[in-house]
Amino acid sequence: MTAETTELSLPSRIDTVATAAALVAEFLSRSGITEDAAFGIDMAVREAVTNAVVHGNRKDENKTVDVTLKSSPDAVEISVHDQGAGFNPEDVPDPTAEENILKASGRGIFFMRSFMDEVNWLIRPGGGTTVRMLKRR
Amino acid sequence: MAELNINERQAGDVTVLDMSGKITIGEGSVALRTAVRRLLEEGKKRILLNLAGVSYIDSSGIGELVSSYTAINKDGGQLKLLNLTQKLQDLLTITKLLTVFDVYENEPEALNSYK
Repeated sequence: MTAETTELSLPSRIDTVATAAALVAEFLSRSGITEDAAFGIDMAVREAVTNAVVHGNRKDENKTVDVTLKSSPDAVEISVHDQGAGFNPEDVPDPTAEENILKASGRGIFFMRSFMDEVNWLIRPGGGTTVRMLKRR
Repeated sequence: MAELNINERQAGDVTVLDMSGKITIGEGSVALRTAVRRLLEEGKKRILLNLAGVSYIDSSGIGELVSSYTAINKDGGQLKLLNLTQKLQDLLTITKLLTVFDVYENEPEALNSYK
């Protein structure tokens, strides 16, 4: 297993979510990840890119969503960077709390945390947000 | 080919939507929303979503299922789910939505539950 890094720069459009997912699927097939892990990574990537397009860049096509994929013998690491104002992940309500269960939105970060082993955010005020997600082999 | 295909049929007073494809942000979620809103406008309030052919759903799609459920309930109707894939069942379990939705594995049983 050799290390591989791929970088993608994609427009802030909804169809970018499917494009990113397809490119990540190709990357994962080269990296020899299990089918179960690939499902979870795919889910997490779609949610992260959706957040970057919709909440981060607010669908401004002048802004890009930059995705970095790294594969090593130990793990797959995916970073998604947007050019938005940033947010505090601790402020995002728990979608499984009784009062939130019937809400129509707010499950994306929950899925990212559910399917990846590590998820953390690097937020630079005015300089965008990077979410880094790690899945161990 | 559309991201989500929805075929409508009537089984007594229950409207069954046979769905295949993906319920994801954008086209798939919008297609589901449009179909459910149209049925409500037509006065069809007993709706069964057959999800056997749904290969993928994201948080937006799950949000749309929840919106459909609350819209139909508010209108005095009932939304039930049929033939969840294992993956969808897992997603509804971790989000605690499996306790909210009425879920069936066979159609006659699902249809009888409306009586």
